[in-house]
Parts: sequence; C-alpha cells; structure tokens
Amino acid sequence: MAEPTGWRPPREATRTAGGGSAAPPDGSRDPDRAPWHSRRHGPGRWARGPGGPLRRAREDRLVGGVAAAVAARIGRDVTTVRIILVVAAVLSGGFVAAAYVVAWMLIPLAGTQGSIAGKAMADRRGVAAVAGFWSVLIVVRVLASVFHAGGLGSLLWPLAVAGAGVILIWRNAPADEQAMIRHQVRPLLGLTTGSRRTGLVIRLTVAAILLAGGVAALQHAHENIALLQPLAGVALLISAIFVLLGPWWLRIARDLVVERQARVRAEERADIAARVHDSVLQTLALIQRRADQPQQVVALARAQERELRSWLFDGRPPGTIDEAAMTLAGGVRLIQQEVEAQHGVAVEVVMVGDCPLDDGLAALLAAAREATVNAAKWSGASVVSIFAEVEPAEVSVFVRDRGQGFDPGAVPADRKGLAESVRARMARRGGAAMIRSAPGEGTEVSLTMPRAVTEPSQA
Amino acid sequence: MSPKPRVFIVDDHGLFRSGVRSELGDDVEVVGEADDVAPAIARISESAPDVVLLDVHLPGGGGQAVVTALKPEHPEVRFLALSASDAPEDVIAVIRAGARGYVTKTISGAELVDAVHRVAAGDAVFSPRLAGFVLDAFATGSGPQRPALDPELDQLTMREREVLRLIARGYTYKEIARELYISVKTVETHVSSVLRKLQLSTRHQLARWANERRLA
Repeated sequence: MAEPTGWRPPREATRTAGGGSAAPPDGSRDPDRAPWHSRRHGPGRWARGPGGPLRRAREDRLVGGVAAAVAARIGRDVTTVRIILVVAAVLSGGFVAAAYVVAWMLIPLAGTQGSIAGKAMADRRGVAAVAGFWSVLIVVRVLASVFHAGGLGSLLWPLAVAGAGVILIWRNAPADEQAMIRHQVRPLLGLTTGSRRTGLVIRLTVAAILLAGGVAALQHAHENIALLQPLAGVALLISAIFVLLGPWWLRIARDLVVERQARVRAEERADIAARVHDSVLQTLALIQRRADQPQQVVALARAQERELRSWLFDGRPPGTIDEAAMTLAGGVRLIQQEVEAQHGVAVEVVMVGDCPLDDGLAALLAAAREATVNAAKWSGASVVSIFAEVEPAEVSVFVRDRGQGFDPGAVPADRKGLAESVRARMARRGGAAMIRSAPGEGTEVSLTMPRAVTEPSQA
Repeated sequence: MSPKPRVFIVDDHGLFRSGVRSELGDDVEVVGEADDVAPAIARISESAPDVVLLDVHLPGGGGQAVVTALKPEHPEVRFLALSASDAPEDVIAVIRAGARGYVTKTISGAELVDAVHRVAAGDAVFSPRLAGFVLDAFATGSGPQRPALDPELDQLTMREREVLRLIARGYTYKEIARELYISVKTVETHVSSVLRKLQLSTRHQLARWANERRLA
C-alpha cells in the first residue's frame, strides 16, 4: 500500500517548499496559493485543467469522483471518461468496476492528504467485516455450484474486490466525504422521509427484477425435477454453514453497530463541548475580566443563564432567536434579553401559554417593550417582572416594577412616552392599556389585546 | 411569628448551602445539611426538622425521590422546593410528590425566611414562576377539551385563578388581599386549595401537559 504515495505528488509539500513563486502546473494560481479551505470552491476549475495532481473531485462526482480525477489528469471531458468507464466495466465483466473502487481507495480526495486505503489498513473491524463478506461470497459460490448456476463464477472476483473496497471506503472515508456518500445513497435506501417516493420506486424496481429472475430460474429448473432430490442435502449443507459461520457473522455485525453508536455518541459529545465552549466558557472568561463591574457581570450571567436554559429545556441551540420571535413567548423573551442587556436590570418573565404573532399581538409586544424599558430606566427598581397570559379570547401582559412610582395624574402632557407609545398603540388595534402607579409603590402597566382568530386546536 | 423553625438544607452545591445558611441568619435554626438523596433521607429522619429546603435537581434521583421516601413515615416534615433550573415538569413533579411550595434560587434572603416561616406554619408558598406553571397546566384554553373526571379537583375556581394570576404578576399575599378585597388568610386558603388540587388531581391534561413539555 506504500506504492500509491510514490506516484502522487504531495500537494501540501510542494506548496510549502515552493512558496508563492512556484506556479502550479495546472496554471490555476489562485486556488493553489489560497488557504486550504478556499480550494473547496474551486475544484471545478482545476479539475478541468490538464495535468495537476490526481485528486478525486468533491462536487463533480457521480460515485467516487474517480472519473473526474482521471479527466482532470488527462485533460478530457468528464462525461467521455464516464462513458468509457461504464462501457469498459460491462465489457470486462466487472473487473474495471473493481478497479474503479480500488482507485477510489487509493486516490485522495481533493483538499486532503492521504488516501482511504491508508486509513483502512489500520481498521481492524473493517478488515473483519471484509473477511465476513468474503466468507458469505464463498458460501454463495459453493451453493451456486451445487445448483449448477455458473453465472456467478466470472463475477466472483470483481465482486469480492469491489465489495471489500466499498466496505472499507464506507468505514474509512473522511467525515465530509462520508456525508457526501450518505447523501448519494439516500434515495437508494429510501429510508429518509424526504425521498420516500423515489426510494419506493427504486425498491419496487429492484424487487421486480429479482422476482422475474427467480421465476425464470424456477421455470428453468422445472424441466429437471430430479434437481429436487438433493434438496434435503442442500438444506442440510446450508444449515451446517450457518451453524458454523452464523455466530461469527452476527458478532461482526453487532460490533459494527456498537462501534457506530460509539461514534455517534462521540460526535454528540464533541457537539456539546463546542456549544458549551462557544457560550458558557466564553461568558465565564468575560465575567472574570469584568469582575470589577458588578452590573455587567450580572447582565452577562443572566444572559448566559437564559441562553443555557432555552437550550436545555426548549431544545433551542444557543444563538438562534429569529424563529422564536414569531411567537408571543419568543417576543417576550426578546424583550427580556434586550432590556437586560441594555439597562442592566433583571427582567423576570412568567409566561402562560403561547401563540403565533399577528398585527395586534405585535403591537401588544411593542407596547410591552416600551413599558419594560420605561420601568428599567425610570423606576429605580432592580427587577422588572413581566407576566404574559394567552387565553382563548385575549392576550394580556403585565409589566410590573417595585420602584419609586409616580402620580399618573401629574405627568405633563408633553411627556409622550407612556401615553402615546403604550395607550394609543394599543387602542389603534382594539386593545387596552391601564397604568397603575403611586409614589413609593411602584408601577404596573396592564395590557390586553383581543385575539383575532381563535386557535385551530379549539375547533 | 411562631418560634424558630428548624430547617434542613438539601443541595448538591456546598457553596449554595452555606449561602442559604447565612441568608437565613438567626430567624431559623439550621439543623443539618445533605448533598444527595440517600444522606438526605437518613439525616432528615434523624433530625426531624420542621422544614426541608430541597433542591429540585440532585445527582441521585432529584428532590422528588427525597419527598417520596420520607412522606409516609414523617408526614410532619414539610418540604419547600428550591431550584435554579426549573423545567416545569420537574417542579410540578416535586410538588405532586408532596412539597408545600416552590421558590427560585434568585429569591432574596428576607423573602426566603418569610417563605420558610409560611411553610412551617402549614401554608403553601408559590413563586410567580410556579403560579405560571400551574396556570399553564390547568389552562382551559389549550388543546381539545376533555371532560374533567373530578370537577372539584380537576379545575381551578375563578377566584383561585385570579389569585394565581396576581401571584404570577409579582404581587405579595398582602397586595393580593387588598386587590381582591379579601383577607390574607383567605388568600392563603386559596393557595393551599390550589396546591391540594395540584397534588391530588388525576386530570389527564396535567399528565399530558407534562409530557408535552418534556417532548417540546
């Protein structure tokens, strides 16, 4: 397996050794000199230039991207190469197909170092799976010879090589290529909801072909009833093989499943670690640096707490609020975040029920926001509470603080804040606003808005 | 006010326990602490406190397990749930197991002392958040209506609903009493009655509500 590395020019090495002055052989300077990630955007470009290192294409691929790699190397059209490959595969009785799979393993993916084969060497479970696959093939071959079905014989070797290759590729391809493969085979499996129809059609077609083949074989066998005589012997043989090899096959299959689960768990862990790093650890670092500014520390801690809570209990990943703003509860949460961040005042939210926003409720939210900002700015209280309740006929929001309060009758007419923003805005949409306040007792703004339509679930 | 209540603190964070201890000050007598379910059960049976301050989330099974284990043999011990991370279904589970109330860990020291005294006296303590959860759980407007199995237990009266709403809006019992022209004692009666319904109701919707919350 060391051979392929010989005829593959190590791309990374030429780049670092040659520096910026060495022009890449394919003439496409920019993608080659740019940082590695930008090469992802330009595979089509260098894939079409003649020469260049042999690399499988990322986007321009039907199966493994080998045809595209060869086309790029010899400077021909990809489609021509593909047609030649398919014709050759049929004519050679499958040997070219097997060679294709081997090439898939040996040629590295564009933008990566090292081939799949290199990784597969160390994959002991994968090798075990290949051994299991070969043993199944041998069993099938033996059975076929018992039935005097010769067709399989010539296909056996290409099948053995290609099957082993596919198993190893499936297990050892780089993570991003695995995602591509999964995307490619999805319609074949027909397991995902998105392509259920296509999958069904393909499955039905395959089943029909198999059925037709089986019926034809049976009719052929019918002429020779004597064939039924060794049937008992064949059944014994099959059961003997299964008793011998069955447990081993089962163990390989189970090992593979267990390993797959472990990998999924590891990925989940990595995902959680990344999220915690992006949110919690960053905030903790900020808090340490601003330890001398209590107000900011409190605001940071609260913002983080909110984010973490919505992730843990509502399943909303940190940093996603756009979608949440489409409902009343999401809107109230936004008000909370905004006011806490901008005014350094804690906002306690109690939410009962939820519903999608319409014009009236958007006005209600705007009024609630105004009232909350007012309370945060002027009341002097350290906590503002919001209580929002969705009822079948109306939605009410109460914004309350325990600050200094004021005499509503004594507010000069030119101070439009509460009067215009809150009362008039609500009235325009058919809602109502009430402000209760007295010096020394804090303020409560009550907002109610009738609901335009009742919930569909009421029907 | 009644004589000093004897208080036991169950929380898995030592820092938080000592914080609560100092906040409670001289108004109560702290008779013990525990950091997990098993030691809590053992030590509470020994020290027989009046009130247990109970964290909703504990490593060995949650506050619910402590209440469930102790309730049959020590019906006189009263539990007040205390939590920072309050998934509604967890809080409701502890209350349904038998806790007399629920407050958030952000509560001030004075309010906590007041809550402990109230629970020691046999009253229920609802924080605004718990009131919100209960209103949500007993909501008449959400989902298809099912006939209540036991109308007395499965529905809140208009008055109880009003009281809960005011609690959720952040009113104190005294303010609620003034608002509704009733006595503080009557407010307490309403809250206790809501607590009883919450604990005894077999209402389908309560269970389904919790399930939906968990799935959401």
